[in-house]
Amino acid sequence: MSESRLARGLIYGTLLVFSLFYLLPLVVVMLNAVRSTADINHNSVIAWPAAVVWGNFAETWSRYCIAEHCTGIRPYLINSLLMVIPATIISTLLGALNGYSLALWRFRGDGIIFFVMTLGVFLPQQMNLVPWAIVLRDLGLFNTISGLVLIHVVQGMSFTTLFCRNYYVSIPPDLLKAARIDGAGFFRIFWRIVLPLSPPILVVTAIWQFTGIWNEFLFGVTFSAGQNQPITAALIALAVHVSEAPQYGLQSAAVLMAAAPTLLVYLFGGRYFVRGLTSGAVK
Amino acid sequence: MSALTIRNVSKRFGPVQVLHDIDLDIDSGAFLILVGPSGCRKSTLLSIIAGLESATEGSIEIGGKPMNGVPAKDRNIAMVFQSYALYPSMTVRQNMTFGMECRGVPKREQGAILDRVARLLQIEALLDRKPSQLSGGQRQRVAMGRALVRDPLLFLFDEPLSNLDAKLRLEMRMEIKRLHQRLGSTIVYVTHDQIEAMTLATRIAVMHRGVVQQFADPDTVYNRPANLFVARFMGAPPMNTVPARLDRDGDAMVATIGVGEAAVRLPVPDLPAAWAGRAVVLGLRPECIAEPTRHFSDMEGTTITLDAPVEVIEPTGAETIVLLRLGGEQVLGRVAPDLRLTPGTHARFAIDTRKICLFDPQTEARIA
Repeated sequence: MSESRLARGLIYGTLLVFSLFYLLPLVVVMLNAVRSTADINHNSVIAWPAAVVWGNFAETWSRYCIAEHCTGIRPYLINSLLMVIPATIISTLLGALNGYSLALWRFRGDGIIFFVMTLGVFLPQQMNLVPWAIVLRDLGLFNTISGLVLIHVVQGMSFTTLFCRNYYVSIPPDLLKAARIDGAGFFRIFWRIVLPLSPPILVVTAIWQFTGIWNEFLFGVTFSAGQNQPITAALIALAVHVSEAPQYGLQSAAVLMAAAPTLLVYLFGGRYFVRGLTSGAVK
Repeated sequence: MSALTIRNVSKRFGPVQVLHDIDLDIDSGAFLILVGPSGCRKSTLLSIIAGLESATEGSIEIGGKPMNGVPAKDRNIAMVFQSYALYPSMTVRQNMTFGMECRGVPKREQGAILDRVARLLQIEALLDRKPSQLSGGQRQRVAMGRALVRDPLLFLFDEPLSNLDAKLRLEMRMEIKRLHQRLGSTIVYVTHDQIEAMTLATRIAVMHRGVVQQFADPDTVYNRPANLFVARFMGAPPMNTVPARLDRDGDAMVATIGVGEAAVRLPVPDLPAAWAGRAVVLGLRPECIAEPTRHFSDMEGTTITLDAPVEVIEPTGAETIVLLRLGGEQVLGRVAPDLRLTPGTHARFAIDTRKICLFDPQTEARIA
């Protein structure tokens, strides 16, 4: 009895130590976000706030200077939203449509097409930098949000197709046969029968895409500049400030706000994420 | 009028031929049952009729019109699936009207048809439920309803009762028969259950390994099976099939089962003299072996009574199945339930020789 309690205590203790270890940076950033610059400079970067101040958030939001533009992080956050929302919706819907045709409509070469599409999952992003540069230049989309949306839609399709296809293979083929006899075609079956069965996998795919695109950095830095950058790319300038003129309070607030959307998405969609990933297998 | 004509239909999956030269033809109003053990490809044939799969060779005509290359939705058919295949996200009402919606039937007409079919199947109270809120029997009814809202040339049923429990299966079987009598529609029905086939069909096609073994009315399939496979597949318990030897006895042909003292001699239907002295397989339905007081027919000399050792008895309530030895061969008989037989002893049995079938042991085809 006491032995099992001891073992239990050890397990909890170990897990607690590890969680603290992982959460420490977040705690430091959160604490610094509500400290004044004087407080941080006077005491230390790692310390409790002498007094809680909320001004850092307002200042970073609209007045803080990033790369000589004193507009705060607001425009960059808006850029990110303008990029992530259409890119997530389009790539998820295309993935659903691809997955539906691959899983439920057998056609010549479907296996090869699926194989080639999912190869994209394993392709390192940096391999695509040069091809994308050419495509964006030729389409005139260099340094535009639309260009980044295009990249993320295409880059994300391998994942969304894989997710949706693997979910749709568990839909009984008899459903499709019945619908075909009822007179429904490819798109009507998709809209009326398959899509209404899809919320679990669509939520999973959308969360995956949203966080992936929001946090993506390489394409943002490479193909956009100045005021057109998404927030992750703009944070580079912030990092430069940290080494030159540290304003830990402001910079912590900026980082927290930049991370907020993905945190919120996980907070509200996390349980769908776990449920959706297993629902296909358990049925 | 011919409702369905299947001519020389073959199907190959790569190098494997799964259907061999299927030829079937049924009139309008017929109830055709495709019956056979699992894996006999009866469902593949149904899919080809439905247009969900295509035949490698041969042609299908529905209502006199050639169907090769015609997609499933344009064949004027309705189908009930073994899994029911109800659309999970739609209510019963939407499930039943989806097909009409696809075909552009006006809303008001849809409502009238829906009401009529819902009343016919007594599912009016279920119309606003989702399939997940229905019991197995109710789902089965809705699946039938989805087919009935259409007035097709052909109804296709793919093992519609096999997911129901025994009691419900009997009820629905009766109901399907009543529906057929009432609507007079043409039905093609796939099942592995030979009792379903016997009770429902006006025509039966017995299939085995992608070949139609016999295509006839239930009576003929039961009493004059085309070959040993059909004889052993139809009927529960199935037909007894035992080796026998043919001899001429004056004008008549006689079959002998067994040798020596235990040998049993039975008069058999007339055959060309060339068969005398040859080995055959003799088929006799269990109900043709009964208690000695049973009166099979008024015809002289068609009933033989004899002594036979009883090995096992299985009382079912309505009758008792007896395992006995006839000329040393194991056979099953069906006797009256009030007869108390003792295993290990001899008893007298009456044998109805009118329904004896003879099969060629090489080709397995029936010869008489």
